[in-house]
Amino acid sequence: MARGLTASQTIGPFFHHALIHDGLEVLVRPETRGERIVVTGRITDGDGAVVPDAMVEIWQANADGRYAHPEDRREDAPLDSAFTGWGRCRTDDDGRYRFETIMPGPVPGRGNTLQAPHIALTLFSRGLLNYLTTRIYFAGNPLNDTDPVLGAIEDEAARRTLFATCEEGGDMPVWRLDIRLQGDGETVFFDV
Amino acid sequence: MESVTGFRRPAGGTNPLNAWDAYGSTVKRTPKRAPVRIDHTLTEVTGPAPGAAEFGPSVTDLTHHAGGEAVGERMTVSGFVVDEDGRPLPNTVIEIWQCNAAGRYAHPVDQHDAPLDPHFLGVGHAMTDADGAYRFLTVRPGAYPWRNHKNAWRPPHIHFGLFGPGFATRLITQMYFAGDPLLPFDPIYNSIPDAAARERLCARFEMDLTQPEFALGYRFDFVLRGRDATPMET
Repeated sequence: MARGLTASQTIGPFFHHALIHDGLEVLVRPETRGERIVVTGRITDGDGAVVPDAMVEIWQANADGRYAHPEDRREDAPLDSAFTGWGRCRTDDDGRYRFETIMPGPVPGRGNTLQAPHIALTLFSRGLLNYLTTRIYFAGNPLNDTDPVLGAIEDEAARRTLFATCEEGGDMPVWRLDIRLQGDGETVFFDV
Repeated sequence: MESVTGFRRPAGGTNPLNAWDAYGSTVKRTPKRAPVRIDHTLTEVTGPAPGAAEFGPSVTDLTHHAGGEAVGERMTVSGFVVDEDGRPLPNTVIEIWQCNAAGRYAHPVDQHDAPLDPHFLGVGHAMTDADGAYRFLTVRPGAYPWRNHKNAWRPPHIHFGLFGPGFATRLITQMYFAGDPLLPFDPIYNSIPDAAARERLCARFEMDLTQPEFALGYRFDFVLRGRDATPMET
């Protein structure tokens, strides 16, 4: 029986007390396998103003490139019972999102391709009637050059909007990717 | 190599337009460039399935909070979560949030001059059962003014968030009430081009769901993206 799809609407400004819970921005537990990293960045609008009322969610594979989901049935990449691959946070007053997670492994693409390590990101806010979807890639990873999704972005400068850069020096590497919703340096978003 | 089956693309007009100046907040936040369409990979056909571990035990009764009972017209909203082929989606979380009967959110950003209700927080979540069914008990939300345009009022609505089976099935939406007089004036509701898709966001009153001496019953189903017909090799 064919049913009509339920349409999207904006998350609005009044979601925090319902959706934001302490700890959802930390994807790692002590026993989680993999290299600990921070992914963070600042979200700005078409005027360059920070977006302090967004919600960001991420979805990623574990350190071995396996998704914690029944449709990832590969036996050559083990599951990690201490890693779901999902996180959620709000942006703060400075427009920043921040997650503590692990560096994902590479995962298969379509055909005989391999996707570079990446984190899928979903962004909701007042003023977005449909949520936005993009990906965080890691600058300097050699697999980026052959990643089929990056390859679908023709403009080199646009492709670079998806490369987080690493700032060493703290307890763990901090990968930073700023997101520009509109205008100069506008982030590439995906229609999934 | 194994196959993945992607999710179907939404029919044209089903989802809101992104650039929709009638809703002022879109003007500086909507990207100018069209999104890059990608075929689904393992990243998009898999997806998160949070539940009690992330959100705690289900909270399906919004009418009791802080030792007392919320003010307002009691109502249930119930229905099924299915995909476009009518297949039920069991054991998936639904998050809910709304303002109180007077049109005020228990949220610090909401400055509307209407009373807070100490016994109404207006948040909860439920897991669908084996048939994809869910049910919340709440009070009917009020309308409230906002500053989008002169004399702007949001029609009574309830916010919902769902995950479904994959990353690509994530949905955040708002449920309205059929026949509400504010609907024709609301730019958020009217950002959806297709009239039938708009009407699907309206809950339907059902006497069969109405409990005598207790609460009005509204039916609202969620329909998430179905599968492509053909699996793709990954």
